[in-house]
Amino acid sequence: MWFTLDNLATAHDTHDSAAHTSTGLSNVKLGMWLFLGTECLLFGGLISTYMLYRGRVGTGPRPSQVFDIPFTSVSSFVLLMSSLTMVLAVSSAQKRDDKSTGLWLMITALLGATFVGGQVYEFTAFYNEGMGFSTSLFSSSFYVLTGFHGVHVTVGLIMLLALRGMLKNNKVPGSRAETVEMIGLYWHFVDIVWIIIFTLIYLIPA
Amino acid sequence: MTTTATTDTHATEHGLSTAGYVRIALILAAITALEVSTYYVDFGWLFMPALMIMMVIKFVMVVSYFMHLKFDNKLFSWLFYTGLILAVGVYCAALATFKFFG
Repeated sequence: MWFTLDNLATAHDTHDSAAHTSTGLSNVKLGMWLFLGTECLLFGGLISTYMLYRGRVGTGPRPSQVFDIPFTSVSSFVLLMSSLTMVLAVSSAQKRDDKSTGLWLMITALLGATFVGGQVYEFTAFYNEGMGFSTSLFSSSFYVLTGFHGVHVTVGLIMLLALRGMLKNNKVPGSRAETVEMIGLYWHFVDIVWIIIFTLIYLIPA
Repeated sequence: MTTTATTDTHATEHGLSTAGYVRIALILAAITALEVSTYYVDFGWLFMPALMIMMVIKFVMVVSYFMHLKFDNKLFSWLFYTGLILAVGVYCAALATFKFFG
């Protein structure tokens, strides 16, 4: 029979949040895209500040003296692959496969934690090489930009782990697929910001 | 059975298959490798344009396929790209004020 309770639950789960809005679209999703649009302005400001000050090294080390391109390339690859595992989590959630969703969320969190760990290691190495937060305008703008990004990744990690716990305990409010998708959108956003940071800050010499 | 078919159709309507996502990730990884190679190999005058083009391609691929903007309602694209274009415009103007490009 086509019209089963299971089908009804699927339809309800996927379309409920969009069914009663004036646009016919989910307000949660609209809000998330609007938020990501405003985040472009935040990171645009931080990237521009860095671009302006990257040559102002004072007595501190120059970017080319401290940056470890092979290490950062591996970190970038890890974050890029976490976007793949995140989209697979979203895809599994849309298919109502909770087991796969949970697994992909955990792998994404693991990759994200690896990236954050790499950033902590990188910051420590830079500090030991004489590049403190207030050493120069270059170092301040670098730490603020990459630090803000690191905080965003950490917030994403907390959301991933919280979602994993809520899925396990069956406590996700509203549509599961949409909740996973919203956290996925945030996660992919931190990835695209890193795509820009990696090119403009690390690969283009000051 | 019907449920599975319905949900599978719904999933493909809103994105790619698993193999499709893996293909996109492999292309992104390959572009990243090319980007990193520009740090070690002298590309001459091509260095900056090549890096910029690769960065934009990666950005658009993640936004279009992983964030599903390509398959979703155009209003979401408008919301996001408006913020992005506004940011690029405002900060390019700010950088130009500080004679960054000259």
